[in-house]
Amino acid sequence: MTTQILIAGFGGQGILFSGKLLAYKALSEGKELSWLPSYGPEMRGGTASCSVTISDEPVGSPIIDHPDVLIVMNLPSLDKYESTVKPGGMIFVDSTLIGRKVERTDVSAFYIPSTKMAQDMGTPNLANIVLLGKVLKECPAISRSYLEEALKKVVSAKHPEMFELNLKAIDAGYNYS
Amino acid sequence: MAEKVLMKGNEAIAEAALRAGCLHYFGYPITPQTELTAYMAKRLPKMEGGVFLQAESEISAINMVYGVASTGKRVMTSSSSPGVSLKQEGISYIAGSDLPAVIVNVQRGGPGLGGIQPSQSDYFQATKGGGHGDYHLIVLTPSSVQEMADLTSLAFDLADKYRCPAMLLADGTMGQMMEPVALPEPHKSIIEKPWAVTGTQMKREHNIINSLYLQPEILEKTNFDRFERYRQIEENEVRYESYLMDDAEYCIVAFGIAARVAKNAITMMRKYGLKVGLIRPITVWPFPKKAIKDAADKVKGFVSVELSMGQMIEDVRLAEECKRPVVLCNRAGGMIPGVDQIIAVTKDLVCSVEGGAR
Repeated sequence: MTTQILIAGFGGQGILFSGKLLAYKALSEGKELSWLPSYGPEMRGGTASCSVTISDEPVGSPIIDHPDVLIVMNLPSLDKYESTVKPGGMIFVDSTLIGRKVERTDVSAFYIPSTKMAQDMGTPNLANIVLLGKVLKECPAISRSYLEEALKKVVSAKHPEMFELNLKAIDAGYNYS
Repeated sequence: MAEKVLMKGNEAIAEAALRAGCLHYFGYPITPQTELTAYMAKRLPKMEGGVFLQAESEISAINMVYGVASTGKRVMTSSSSPGVSLKQEGISYIAGSDLPAVIVNVQRGGPGLGGIQPSQSDYFQATKGGGHGDYHLIVLTPSSVQEMADLTSLAFDLADKYRCPAMLLADGTMGQMMEPVALPEPHKSIIEKPWAVTGTQMKREHNIINSLYLQPEILEKTNFDRFERYRQIEENEVRYESYLMDDAEYCIVAFGIAARVAKNAITMMRKYGLKVGLIRPITVWPFPKKAIKDAADKVKGFVSVELSMGQMIEDVRLAEECKRPVVLCNRAGGMIPGVDQIIAVTKDLVCSVEGGAR
């Protein structure tokens, strides 16, 4: 099975970090994967995106034209990518920052006020992780297994306290309903 | 096998170079290859005998490479398209002095300053000379982060073996993406370099590294001798991947990121019965001429998929000797051909060869 995940939002929201966490989780699980960031000027305040492909077989193209899972953290990204999602796919929306609903009726949509939740928890930088928590809950292809192993690899050694805070953020999103 | 780690392509090149015993790196940062320079800046100063130097320009960096290469030490520089253009004079001198060195080009869109998104439009520059004079580089084209590492190792070995510069011709996607990679085991050059400038200790004649020969008879001989080595390279070092070619009726030719997209397109096309295969050159100089020529006897047509206005397609046509139609499927300026585009172009070719509507 191959799952293509596209994560998009503003530069600075941790879009690439979310992708890295999924990539390291797949690596820990012994799966094949590719992680492809957008790079360049858009990373400084414009739109950032990150394409993660997780598969049981060697990954062909790392470029994702039609994602199975779309995770969006700003309106321009939802506008841009909503129509590209595969029929039957999933869209995860940060509903604090995106006012509108998903218009497609052939996909499952999930709305999580992750930016507000992260602010209330005192960790406003972890909205991306709260949102990812919901993805782990709802998306059968991306389970919660090996999350701790992956977190250890992506959280900076200089900030070990971030490990617990990230786990807390994941739980908040995971348990949100 | 070594445990797999997640790395960006640029970092995998850098780590593989260190493991190949490259202790000298000279460069200048440019997107999308800067992580390579940054990795070397972090690691080399901590290694015994390691030298990292951010030069004042690409021209300066390649001439530092020329200097270290003269001493027989493994040495690397890296850049992206505009920076590699600046290095061309130095590369010609290194080739003219018969020195091994490894040059990395993580290509971006051009010409001119161009953009920063991936491209393959330096194919002509890499495979047809680039600088002045009669010379070639061994040009390797990685298509995964694993190959970014593996072909770096190979580039050092081939450069030493044939005393010529080798180039890793990658693109922005390969440089920026992360994939699991099993890093090569540390290994060093096992090739003797009696020509190197290492100090005579009053025991031998001076070695002179030079590309200036004012007597044309002698200069001609250096050219003929060098091309004899190129002939050996063409005989021994052609590398390519043949993918689903056994029963293929049409053949896509693509390297690097284009080959990755092409594989997805081939999977789709085979689902509805279109027998398409792929020849993926891993060396674009020497080009896998024989593989293409042999394929021309079996397939009905070729599609050259490129991130350029069509450069490799000329080598495909030369190799298949105009036996079959060869069409171009391309994007340029930093854009990448999509699966849908490759399928559409291939279907058009099928229709024009076999008749009938799409």
